[in-house]
Amino acid sequence: MNKVMSNKLHIALYTLPAFLLITVLIFIPLVLTGYYGLMDWDGIGAMKFIGLENYINGIKDLKFWSSAYHSFLLAIFSTLSLALYLLVSLILASKIKGSDLLRKIYLIPMLLSSVAIAQLWIKVYNPSNGMLNEILVKIGIANPPAWLAEPSIVLFAIFIPILWQYAGFYILIYYAALKNIPESMIEAAKIDGASAFQIALKIKLPLIKEVVSVTVILAIVGSLKYFDLIYVMTGGGPNGASEVMASYMYKLAFASYDFGYGSAIGFLLLIITIIVTVIVRKLSTSKDPIEY
Amino acid sequence: MKRRNILTTLMLALVLSVVLAGCSDSDSGNSSSDKEVKFMHLWPEGSSKQHHEIVTEIIADFEKENEGVKIDVEVLSNEQYKDKIKVLSTSKELPDVGMTWAAGYLEPYVGGNMFAPLDDLIEKELSDTFIPGTAEAYALDGVTYGLPLELNIATIYYNKAMFEERNLEAPKTYEELENVIKVFNEDGIQPIALGNKDAWTGSLWYMYLADRIGGANVLNAAIDRSGTFEDPALIEAAEKVQNLVNENGFIKGFNGLTNDEAKGMFMNEQAAMYLMGTWELPNFTTNEDVPQEFKDSIGYLNFPTVDGKGDMDSFVGGTGVGLFVAEDSDVKEEAKKFAAFFVKEWGEKSVTDAGVISASKMDISSLDLPEMYIDIFEELNSASNITLFADVQMSPGVAQTHLDAIQALFGNSITPEEFAKLHEDALSK
Repeated sequence: MNKVMSNKLHIALYTLPAFLLITVLIFIPLVLTGYYGLMDWDGIGAMKFIGLENYINGIKDLKFWSSAYHSFLLAIFSTLSLALYLLVSLILASKIKGSDLLRKIYLIPMLLSSVAIAQLWIKVYNPSNGMLNEILVKIGIANPPAWLAEPSIVLFAIFIPILWQYAGFYILIYYAALKNIPESMIEAAKIDGASAFQIALKIKLPLIKEVVSVTVILAIVGSLKYFDLIYVMTGGGPNGASEVMASYMYKLAFASYDFGYGSAIGFLLLIITIIVTVIVRKLSTSKDPIEY
Repeated sequence: MKRRNILTTLMLALVLSVVLAGCSDSDSGNSSSDKEVKFMHLWPEGSSKQHHEIVTEIIADFEKENEGVKIDVEVLSNEQYKDKIKVLSTSKELPDVGMTWAAGYLEPYVGGNMFAPLDDLIEKELSDTFIPGTAEAYALDGVTYGLPLELNIATIYYNKAMFEERNLEAPKTYEELENVIKVFNEDGIQPIALGNKDAWTGSLWYMYLADRIGGANVLNAAIDRSGTFEDPALIEAAEKVQNLVNENGFIKGFNGLTNDEAKGMFMNEQAAMYLMGTWELPNFTTNEDVPQEFKDSIGYLNFPTVDGKGDMDSFVGGTGVGLFVAEDSDVKEEAKKFAAFFVKEWGEKSVTDAGVISASKMDISSLDLPEMYIDIFEELNSASNITLFADVQMSPGVAQTHLDAIQALFGNSITPEEFAKLHEDALSK
């Protein structure tokens, strides 16, 4: 088998299918998007080459930057919420009663489609007969806000379902990583008289550092290109208050029929995501890999 | 050495199969003589029951009459339909027959040669079928690209029972409307159902106020650039909109609610008024799923005047959806035949079975129709003016600006002057 793997022809053959798939499904559309961004095109009729005009307009477009700002807020919020997920995983992994059941419950939102989650939360947030406002009225808050209609609140009202949606996913990752820590190390620490808190902070966390840094990147990249739940719940509204980069791109291309400009915005979104990812990788990669 | 060869051969086979699978054409079922016409419409069984049933009937009749032609149907709800049709047109895979809106909406599709000219159908098979002006709304540069199905006007539906309980009369002026709003608010009832997440709903309110304040032509002129959006009447209309918002005229959180959610509140008697197109008439007249008691309590009123000025026989409305035939359809002849058949059948069936106001000429005196339907039909016949929905008049890019601006105006996040400026900037591009 080693002989097979050392043959260059074989290496090429083995990687060819994946390479072809990635080329056809990812690289070609990427290049095409960048190319369409150079066009004045409504998506249907003839294209007209206009050079970098769309990109320059995009950089000058206040609406684009406000949607980028919302995307960044979401990224920060998602990253911060990782701490909460980590805390929950630490508790779950310390063999509390019923942790098995809880783990399964946390995973349920991940099994639902974003559209279903959006519909569910639209009902929860309904200003007149939604669950949330009914509870608030019952506990004495006479005039609770219309969550999805107030420009100053809507973004945070949408972040909550997103936090809820991905909780299970990250908890699962952390839980698996924590379970991978050899029992003997924990036992040794216990014998040395370390408290549960000390064990978590000094042993468990450093040992799953790599996993945490991966989840940070997942959370940030996922947030920057986030689209579906926001599109269903508010469509970016009211008046752009919950617009994110991906929904703005979609609106330009598919509602305003400005496919060229939409493509340019899409390409800018890609560039921004790559830059942020590189920065985060640089900041979070440790020089000495952990070995148990 | 031998084993290596086998492995190499296996790998090659795998790679080739992946590559070939990507290239193979899925279009291999065209060997039989059956022709298939793909048809997409936007009346799902759930939310548009009567429409859905009529379409199903028409398709069955057509297939019976035209052996060898099969209609392949896909149904989506309104907003999803708009999204999908755009995606399909980008990849040049439009259904053979589908639905479109008039005027500005058509422009990119006609510009991209996506829709087939239908003048021959209208001149021959469908001559004298349509109410004057309806088919013309689908024409660009003298060529018609759509067959109109509906003609709509928007009116305020109101819950007569809720009005009577409070000794209220249907408002005839803006001041009376304000008073009605005040009384309902004091009673803890939300006055007007509005789902402004879709924004065209709020646009109806703005258009009507503009019409009452500035007359029938001021908005049209601003859009076709013979006038301006900075016209004092148009700015005052925007002010009046914000007045209604500030007086809590509309249901709570309207900017985050869809039209369907708002409609639901009106149908559940949680709101007293609802400004909407006549396509909702079936829900207030013929729909069997709606309790008769509710249907009996619903009336309609023409949009009030402002300061006693404005013509109450002037309406916002126009042709709703129409049919298009795809220009590069493989079965164009059959598709056209189906579209013509559909329009002819639709005319009477939609009126009798669904209570829709059809774009086809119709003698309704011989038909047994609900009273509200007849009243509105007469209203339509004696209308002094019908201003086409603003977002349909405008080209898609400008329409999007308009809808965003409407949402901002209703949300009090821009002033009437800024509202006008946004339109001016978008229209002068």
